[in-house]
Parts: sequence; C-alpha cells; structure tokens
Amino acid sequence: MATVFQAFGTAAVLLSANDSRVRPLGSFPGRMANVFIVRSETKIVSDATRVSGRGQHLITNAVATKADAAAASTGSKSGHELLLFEALREGLEEEMERDPCVCVMGEDVGHYGGSYKVTKDLAKKFGDLRVLDTPIAENSFTGMGIGAAMTGLRPIVEGMNMGFLLLAFNQISNNCGMLHYTSGGQFKIPIVIRGPGGVGRQLGAEHSQRLESYFQSIPGIQMVACSTPYNAKGLMKAAIRSENPVILFEHVLLYNLKERIPDEEYICSLEEAEMVRPGEHVTILTYSRMRYHVMQAAKTLVNKGYDPEVIDIRSLKPFDLHTIGNSVKKTHRVLIVEECMRTGGIGASLTAAITENFHDYLDAPIVCLSSQDVPTPYAGTLEEWTVVQPAQIVTAVEQLCQ
Amino acid sequence: MSSSAAATFSSLNAIPPPPSSFSSPANDKLFSSSFPAASPFLGSSHKPRSCVLSAPSPGRRSHAPVVAATAPNAIKEKLAQSPASSSNLLITKEEGLVLYEDMVLGRSFEDMCAQMYYRGKMFGFVHLYNGQEAVSTGFIKLLKQEDTVVSTYRDHVHALSKGVPAREVMSELFGKTTGCCRGQGGSMHMFSKEHNLIGGFAFIGEGIPVATGAAFTSKYKREVLKQADCDHVTVAFFGDGTCNNGQFFECLNMAALWKLPIIFVVENNLWAIGMSHLRATSDPEIWKKGPAFGMPGFHIDGMDVLKVREVAKEAIGRARRGEGPTLVECETYRFRGHSLADPDELRDPAEKARYAARDPVTALKKYMIENKLATEAELKVIDKRIDEVVEDSVEFADESPVPARSQLLENVFADPKGFGIGPDGKYRCEDPKFTEGTAQV
Repeated sequence: MATVFQAFGTAAVLLSANDSRVRPLGSFPGRMANVFIVRSETKIVSDATRVSGRGQHLITNAVATKADAAAASTGSKSGHELLLFEALREGLEEEMERDPCVCVMGEDVGHYGGSYKVTKDLAKKFGDLRVLDTPIAENSFTGMGIGAAMTGLRPIVEGMNMGFLLLAFNQISNNCGMLHYTSGGQFKIPIVIRGPGGVGRQLGAEHSQRLESYFQSIPGIQMVACSTPYNAKGLMKAAIRSENPVILFEHVLLYNLKERIPDEEYICSLEEAEMVRPGEHVTILTYSRMRYHVMQAAKTLVNKGYDPEVIDIRSLKPFDLHTIGNSVKKTHRVLIVEECMRTGGIGASLTAAITENFHDYLDAPIVCLSSQDVPTPYAGTLEEWTVVQPAQIVTAVEQLCQ
Repeated sequence: MSSSAAATFSSLNAIPPPPSSFSSPANDKLFSSSFPAASPFLGSSHKPRSCVLSAPSPGRRSHAPVVAATAPNAIKEKLAQSPASSSNLLITKEEGLVLYEDMVLGRSFEDMCAQMYYRGKMFGFVHLYNGQEAVSTGFIKLLKQEDTVVSTYRDHVHALSKGVPAREVMSELFGKTTGCCRGQGGSMHMFSKEHNLIGGFAFIGEGIPVATGAAFTSKYKREVLKQADCDHVTVAFFGDGTCNNGQFFECLNMAALWKLPIIFVVENNLWAIGMSHLRATSDPEIWKKGPAFGMPGFHIDGMDVLKVREVAKEAIGRARRGEGPTLVECETYRFRGHSLADPDELRDPAEKARYAARDPVTALKKYMIENKLATEAELKVIDKRIDEVVEDSVEFADESPVPARSQLLENVFADPKGFGIGPDGKYRCEDPKFTEGTAQV
C-alpha cells in the first residue's frame, strides 16, 4: 500500500511534527513544483503511536521476476525509463540547476563526460568551472573539494574508480570526516564523494576494490550504496542536499540497469534501508550488486518453498537498525550477503551490530557471505569464485532454515 | 662559491665542505657532505631574488602569465635605498605600530604558551613560532577579514595575526569550551569562521589542498556566481619539509592551471624536526619550483618584516587582480625546538646565534626608532599592553569551564541525522541521551 504526500508552496509541512524523518519541504530552497517524498506504509509495528512513513519502498528491479507490489508512487506509471548512469546524471543535473553552488570535480568529468558517462554533457551546459576536469591528483583535488565545501560550495568529487580514492585517504579521513568536529562545528563540509567500485568483469585486482570497509570507521561521514536507477537518483540528490559529507558507492556492473522512475522530483533517505521483498523465513541483508545475486537466489528459494525477506541496506554507515531489527524480530534468522572482503567488511560490522542489539531474537547464528580475502584475480573463473554466487546463497538459506 | 648577493645556487656540488671548526667527530657522518655553513644562501643579507617566467613556450596555453620583470626590480630598488631618507620609508608610523604590536603579541603569546605547558596547563604537541613572526605579520596584516588563511600545526600566531582574540586561542590550548574550536581542536587545529582561518592541520601538506579549495571558491564566486567584486585571496603557510610532499606540487599545478587567487608561503626555517632541509631536498631552492609550474617564485629574507611585506603586497595584488598564484619562500628560523617536546640537540648553536641576531621584533624596533617613526617609550607602552593582553588571556582560559559531557557528540555531524536510525525507529539524535553525550551511537 502506498501513501503519497504532495505539498504545494514552500511552507508546507508533511505529516505531524512527531515524525521527524519526513523533512518539511520548506527547508528546500529553489523550485518547488510538485515535490513529494515517496513512502510506503510499513507493516504494523507493535508501537501503535509510531507515525507511519518509514521508507520501505517496494520497487520492481531489473532482475527479480517475482510480481512485486505496485510501485509506491501513483505517478510512476507515467514515469520515464532510463539506465542507472542516466538516473545519476538526472539527479546531478537537477541539483545543479537548483543550486548554483553545486559543482563537480574529477578526472574526465567535463569534456569526456565521465568515464561512465554520469556527467555527460553537463560541462557544455554548466561550464568548465562547474564541471571541472582535474589533473590526476586525487589527494589534492579531494582536498580542494573539501576546502571549497568549507568555504561555501557544494562540490561532488568523482573518483574515476573508487579504488583511486585510496590516494585521497588522507583528505577523506583527516579532513572530510573530522574538520566539522575539530573546528568546534564552525565549518560544515557538504561534499559528496562518489564513484564506481566493486568487482567488475575481469578488471584486475586494483580496479576491483571495495572501499566501503576501509572508510567505515571514519567518524563524521555517511556512506550509502545505490543499486537501482530509482535509488541512485534519489540517493544522489539526498547526498547533495545533505549538510554532512557523504560517500556514494556505485557499482561498475550496475550502470546499465534499466528501470522506470517517476517524472516527479523525489529523494531517498540517506539513513534508511530498502525493503526489496518482504518474507517470513529468513532475513537477507545485502547491498549494491549482491542484491541481484540475492534476488536471483530468491527465485530458486521461492520455488523450493522458502520465503526470504530481502532488505537492501543502502545506508552502509549508519545502519538502519530499525528496518533491520523489525525484520530480525519477525524471521529470527539472518543472512548477510555482501561483496566486501570477509575481514573487517561491512558484513562484519553488521553482524556485530545485529548481535549486540537483537541477540535475543535470533534462532541461529548470523551467517555472513562475503568475498574471499583474495586480491581479485584476472581470470574469469577465479574471479567468479571470489564473489558470492546465487547458488551459495541458496545453500546458506537452506542450512540456516533447517 | 661567489658570495655576491645575486649568486644563484646551481647545484649542491658547488657547496664547499664545511669549515673544520663546525664539524666534530660525532657530527662528521651526519653533516660532512651536506651542510654548507659558510654558504651565502643561509644567514643572508640577500636582497630578494625572484624567478620571473620566461615567454611561454609553444606547447603552453597562449595566455600563460608572464610576470613583468619590473616588479621584483622595483622591490630591490626600494629596499636597497638608504633607510635614512624618510621620504622613502616603507611604512608609515601607524603601519609600523600595527606591525610591531602584532609581532610582540605573537612573541609574548608563544613565550607564555611555553610557560603554561611546563606548568601542566596544556598538553600534547605544541609548536611555537618564536622567530618567525615577520612572516605571519608581514603577510596577514595586509589581508582583509574575508581573505582566508590556512596554516599548519604551528598556527597560534597565524590565528592571532588574523584577528582571533588571544583569549580564544589560549582557551583552546587549555582545552576549555570557550576556545575558538570549543576545546575540540587544540594547538594544532585553530579554526575561526569569523576570521576565515581554516586550520590548523596536523599532517604537513594536507592544508594546502584545502587552501586551494578556498581559492577555488573565490574564483567560482566571481565567475560562476557572478559576484564581480569577490576578490578574496587565500594565503597558505607551510614549511620547508612540506615542499617535498606530493600535495605541494599537485596544488602548485592546479593553482597555476586555473589561476587561483592563492599565495603559497613557504616558511623555510631549514629544519623539519631534526631533518635539515639540505639533507632532505635535492634542490633546496624552493622558490625556483614556482616557475616550473607556471607561477613566479620569490625568495625573501623572512626575518625582516618590511621585506616580507613588500613582496606580500605584490603577491596579494597579483592574486586579487586574477593573475594567479605566487610562490614566496621566506628564509626564516624558529628559535625554539620543533615542539615543546623537542630537545633541539641537532641544531648548531652558532647557527641559532646567527639568527637570534636577526630577531625580527628587535629589527623592527630598531628600524622604527632609527627612522623616528616611534620612540622607545611608545614601543614600551605597546609591550606593556601586550603583556596585559596575554596575562588576561591566561586568566580567562583558567577560569573558563571545561567542556561538559553533552558536548561529546554535538559536532560530529553538521546534520546529526547522520548518526542514523536506532532500533526503536527514531533517529539517534532524538534520543535524550544524545544531548547528554551518553547516547549509544
């Protein structure tokens, strides 16, 4: 069931003041035509005073064929179809039109249009200074983005491949995350750092890195991972509007996913997880590309009589423990499927967080399927074995549900 | 090696071996081949040297800047003139008093910091600026409030020169909540939004890209946001050790490429903790590295506030007019160790004595008195006033409260929703324990 809220004019406030998750639209400057935040109703939660409006959004995704419930927005039947990288560009372009302080910097983002075409034609439209082609100096141009953010701009720094941002670790850790605190709250850093990461098709070890595990300890930043054109655009817009530094992880293999997204403007919450497929038997937590391996495994599982609940956690830091917790309380079994390395990955942190908070609700130990602790090999067969495949997911669910 | 003032330092091989009185058996291995104590490059009475850009080569962009050769020559002439002719003085009385007061403030404050540190009022790493005051005062006193200063861990005096009250700096050092960063930054992280002081950075070099970003914003405001009168400049201060760091070179490139309104000021005090600049750098003449990237490079006597000021005017004017960045190398010296924890055993006492004789504060005092800009008594009044300011800042800091527990989580995120959603469905920042600083995050 979907609830759509529409607001007109800049002073409208959605829902009651109790639900602080819905941002009053009055806080958005700029053009206001038909902006709404799409939410769908949650299952009834025990606390009846909770105002509905949690972002559990049902969508059709490119891989799963299970007949998902209708998309939450009534307007989406008239939406438009596009690929994920186009959705990112659309979100970026809308935000750049809305706020002249939004600018992009990175390698080949301008004239080349971005190595994955996320910034195609934006330089022609907004000029070379707003879509800045930088020299190959990640640490310094990331630092430059941070300095620009501190002095009033809202830059988006693109790492051509997320792995290149390892060179910018000094700036991301020391300055991006910490300077708001170290300056006693005087300077905010509304920067977005984005780029494609993850294991691709035989790209070799250095181009197949998953940096979310390295960055997750940095205090002061938020990390989100997009997985569908819908949430890619929504997260991009939310990240740009956020006053916090946000790292947006995209995946090299997901750029050509196609989906129909609403024509109307929308943003996704940076802190919320996404319910992909409600179920009863087991909670499967995943993000980014592994969502599709999970949904593929889900087809097999459904045929075998299982009913998995699939949640795309989307927010890698901080975790949405409400959505996750509700699911754990319902199914009592958790499987985490991620592309991160086994050691010190997002799954490891998530396992710890769930154990800490929901230990009493678990009927079985949490199972975490991650990539092997191996530098991603070039050979196709070896590469396949380093990441989690749908068959392994099916086996894990079967074992978990015994 | 010629000792003429205009000698260029072509290669390290040209350095004569150090005089035998300098090297001792213990020092021989360390210094024998790399420390030209007698070279005219150090302890100089040099007139400022500068490297002007040659005409752009065909491969360059057609609008690469060519600095007119007259600018540095004009400065050389000014400074070479006899100081006795009052019509050619570099400063007025008012300007002189401002400069003097600023330098005395810097010196007295740092001396008080040392005292307070040894009395256990401040902890951690404290890096004092004694001896380098001419650079801070020479540059920062020419800036507007809207201009940005970016510094390093040796930032107390940059903060004071930029206008941050002594009380706020001292409180910050004591870790009190009335400090400029609410006690959360400390000695190495001085920030002030009001005075546009962006750090205070603990790792060397990491402030330079941030400074480049601040300059980028200035250019962006002028060209994209069409604020035509925005001519704010950024001054980035850093040391000789930083000039071997990648971030330095990467930012020189970007600043020159986009003609950003920034001035890179190298405070070359010859030592990076215990590493002599000459032992760490293949070509120790940092000012020459500017033209390699397409900007003019100046080398000046950083112990003389008037010389610094003259070059600073040039560089700041260039940046304001949109002509791009400048690299200024100031030869200076720190009278104390690298930090208050540094026993400072490696530096030669003769070298220290040589520079102590060129104390910038005494030099300015002498200049003002000799040129009848001020009397001894007037300057003593300033000395006394500064003493009171510094004493007051210590009192204020002593009496200020320490941060309460509630401050612990407050500034981690600009938007505290970043702490996420807790198991109960509420944002963690809504938890009443959040304001107490005891919330589980």
